[in-house]
Amino acid sequence: MKHAATLTVNGMAYPVELEGDTTLVRAIRDDIGLTGTKEGCDDCECGACMVMIDGRPVNSCTYLALQAVGSDVTTVEGLADGETLSNLQSAFLDQGGVQCGFCTPGMLVSAHALLRENADPTEEEVRLALGGNLCRCTGYTKIASAVMQAAKASV
Amino acid sequence: MGDVAFHTATTVDEALALLGDGSDARVVAGGSDLIVQARHGKSLPGTVIAIHRIDALRSLTSSGDLVVGALTSHATLCADAGVRSNWTAIADASALVGSHATRNVGTLGGNVMNASPAMETGGPLIVLGASVTLRSAAGDREVAIEELWTGPGKTSAKPGEICLAITVPAQPAHTGSAYVRLEYRRAMEIAIVGASACVTLDDDGNVTAAKVALTALAPTIIRSPAAEAAIIGTDGNDEALEAVTAGASADAKPISDLRANEDYRRAMAGVIAKRAVAVAAQRARGEEFPIPATPVFMKGSGQ
Repeated sequence: MKHAATLTVNGMAYPVELEGDTTLVRAIRDDIGLTGTKEGCDDCECGACMVMIDGRPVNSCTYLALQAVGSDVTTVEGLADGETLSNLQSAFLDQGGVQCGFCTPGMLVSAHALLRENADPTEEEVRLALGGNLCRCTGYTKIASAVMQAAKASV
Repeated sequence: MGDVAFHTATTVDEALALLGDGSDARVVAGGSDLIVQARHGKSLPGTVIAIHRIDALRSLTSSGDLVVGALTSHATLCADAGVRSNWTAIADASALVGSHATRNVGTLGGNVMNASPAMETGGPLIVLGASVTLRSAAGDREVAIEELWTGPGKTSAKPGEICLAITVPAQPAHTGSAYVRLEYRRAMEIAIVGASACVTLDDDGNVTAAKVALTALAPTIIRSPAAEAAIIGTDGNDEALEAVTAGASADAKPISDLRANEDYRRAMAGVIAKRAVAVAAQRARGEEFPIPATPVFMKGSGQ
């Protein structure tokens, strides 16, 4: 049963037709066509699918797309200003916080949400905030350094 | 997954009307349990009723009794000053749920109705004497939390009932509570074993009342009468705490699974219960014992 709805993603309204059980990550990737958000474990464990709903990080693999109607969804594509990367995104490149890149969109969204609430976190707070994001490449050290660099750049 | 009708209810009456007798419909709050279960073979019902826009269920009152609207998120609960100081075990538990993302969408009502014997907040609700308000077309009824859970994933709620709120009574003076989890990692963890304690002291520091609950150690979260008897009437000395250890291990009914075997769980039941009682007693004496740290995402009002 298709349900006609409008999803607001990165400030843009997208008319979509969704099944009742379509998850938000599938709607973002398949119906809207924004493929920055990754489907990793698809089981609410790895954080690769992290998006913000009304400013708060949420695992989009475990959230029904139709529940996001009426909310503002922000994906990794919404963090840059056109072609200009955010401080946080640049810091990931500077620090070597990206290896295979699969976890990166989720890491960026969680870190972005943290810095919005807490512009000057300790490294411990950064690591806690990234607790729901798994990375199998970097060992996390360079990711944490990147978030710390971004925090220093914007304070 | 299949052909699923979806409705968003904005009032409890609307949700109840859509739910009907509940035979082929379910309500969804944050979705973090329902959708994972659907992916693991428990198919969704024919109709899903989203209740996350019912703002009336998002209230949190923490003066006098604690009244938690069913949609209150773990992020909100573990940040609430009243919960942290007067019903501290609940703050301990909510702070340990999943990750920041899980705590943003996961609700206390969803947690309670999902009835997992490993849920973090269940033990604290038992030792603090919580009850649940359920509403159906036939009216409201109040169920003691220990009578709600009948098995793993099973409750005594009827299919047409919706959880409105969880009420936790104000606690006597010199009362402290704690939830302690044995975990292999901090984020996105399921309790290997967990224990909750609520301890009340008299003016001389002797334990006049105590409740101990064991998590992930039986088909439902259970009380440990032996651990409770071991601490009541003592001043919480080391000998009494050792008796708590033995009592909790004796009362545990653990299973073996991929996270731990039965013997290890039984041994750890005692250790973790002892720690929970010791921390609860420490808090009852007015000494600080930190609530697990969460990142600064605490401003959300719950989704």
